[in-house]
Amino acid sequence: MNMEIYLQLTQFYQEYAANVDAAEWDSWIEMFTEDCTYRIQARENHERNLPMAALSLEGKGMLKDRIYGITETIFHDPYMQNHVVSAPRIKSLTPELIDCEANYAVFRTKNDGIAQVFNVGRYIDRIRNTPDGLKIESRICVFDNDMILNSLIYPI
Amino acid sequence: MSNETHIPMRPVWDQPDTSRIPFKVYTDEQTHQKELEKLFYQNHWCYVGLEAEIPEHGDFKRTVIGERSVIMVRGADGEINVVENVCAHRGMRFCRKKHGNAKEFVCPYHQWNYDLKGNLQGVPFRRGVKQDGQVKGGMPKDFKPADHGLTQLRVAQRGGVVFATFDQEAESFEDFVGPEMLHYFDRMFNGRKLKLLGYNKQRIPGNWKLMMENIKDPYHPGLLHTWFVTFGLWRADNRSELKMDKHHRHAAMISTRGEGGKNAQTTGVSSFKEEMKLHDPRFLDVEVEPWWNGPTAVMMTLFPSVILQQQVNSVSTRHIQPNGHDSFDFVWTHFGYEDDTEEMTERRLRQANLFGPAGFVSADDGEVIEFSQEGFEQKPFHRSLAELGGREIGDTDHMVSETLIRGMYEYWRKQMED
Ligand SMILES: [Fe+2]
Repeated sequence: MNMEIYLQLTQFYQEYAANVDAAEWDSWIEMFTEDCTYRIQARENHERNLPMAALSLEGKGMLKDRIYGITETIFHDPYMQNHVVSAPRIKSLTPELIDCEANYAVFRTKNDGIAQVFNVGRYIDRIRNTPDGLKIESRICVFDNDMILNSLIYPI
Repeated sequence: MSNETHIPMRPVWDQPDTSRIPFKVYTDEQTHQKELEKLFYQNHWCYVGLEAEIPEHGDFKRTVIGERSVIMVRGADGEINVVENVCAHRGMRFCRKKHGNAKEFVCPYHQWNYDLKGNLQGVPFRRGVKQDGQVKGGMPKDFKPADHGLTQLRVAQRGGVVFATFDQEAESFEDFVGPEMLHYFDRMFNGRKLKLLGYNKQRIPGNWKLMMENIKDPYHPGLLHTWFVTFGLWRADNRSELKMDKHHRHAAMISTRGEGGKNAQTTGVSSFKEEMKLHDPRFLDVEVEPWWNGPTAVMMTLFPSVILQQQVNSVSTRHIQPNGHDSFDFVWTHFGYEDDTEEMTERRLRQANLFGPAGFVSADDGEVIEFSQEGFEQKPFHRSLAELGGREIGDTDHMVSETLIRGMYEYWRKQMED
């Protein structure tokens, strides 16, 4: 394996975490390809091949609509996110495309609260190596929680 | 009453009607226990699942009625049984898988085993052990396996949906639902086989009745939910009706989508966003289906356990599973129909982005329920107001009314106060 690409990918995962934790939504959107897939799906659905997901977005347009939703239209308790993302595991690698996974834990902290384990799971990713750098072609966040703690607003 | 700060032991209704609801109905654990008994375990049919979840003989799904764990299973004869997940021997909740396929149920503790109807089949060492030519131990001679099965519930199936009750005396499912609501039930479950699309599950830290009320409250969607107002899916100027069964426990909110956009009714509605345009209109790529017979949304509450949702092409059941007076799990089962094209399945899945714990619309509802519960807990001597549309109870041809909430509490008081 190419050490250079592994380091690049590791840095890319950490930048993703930094963007969502800092609510840098424009930067978050720019980490995806135009025709991307972004899905947050319960492990139960994933393992039983049931297509339902808590959130299922296709293409950057839907990502933009989601960001408009969380910033302008959905009423919700404000909260901070803190992502801890493991080192990626590369499953297959070509010069254009990386199939890889990483585990994540997301802690949620509300204004009057203490940090809670909010969502724990695994990113199942397909990352494209483009002239503009690495971009997410597909990210499926498969979460272990049987229950979402009330509402899931921000991307994970 | 607003200056009164004495915390009562029980809910106190300060009017003969139900236009003011004491906060105590949401905050009192003893009231909650009584609700479980009177509303979930006696006299009512509760939702357990869809036939499509257990298509093969031996398929089972573990779920709950109120706070009691039950198993819905398709037996060797193809019939659907519902049994309680508590071993008749030492009371262990033996079934740990959420779903699967079984030939029998075995409690691992002492290997008591039951057939898929819940009948006790075998007890290890029932006749003791033979040692030195003598039989030692074992169950008493008068032990009758037939007396020690799992608790078997009555089961009702209609249109592919499965309900059950612990109450052997309860009226029939059809009488329980009543003709007014059966009409809308049969509209959605009209005999076509259902196709399971999957689940969304959320834990909402609020009293379970708040979710029933949420779907008996046509006042809020056009105010809280920007998507509903802006895109005309649900708002005060849509053609709509509110209907109840004769006991006022179940209800249907029936609405037909309007044009959306700005008019006299959106003036002053802060959630209305005139400039809002979707980057990707596929979220609302609605296709009219023949079975709708008009209405674009019918939201039904079948008291106490389930909400049946049709919002344009998105259809689901939403199962209320209380855990204590101040929390419930809310389980959404999304489905389609056997004759759906691939495009229709995709459409249903895309529109599901509006619903569930992350939904553009429904995420709001979980949040307001949580904060309502916070208000109730801090002020348990107080009461809420449900006077919109008057203090009386009856069907309406508009949605500017809280009559369905008043109706539910009229029924609640009759059940709880006798
Ligand atoms: Fe709502």
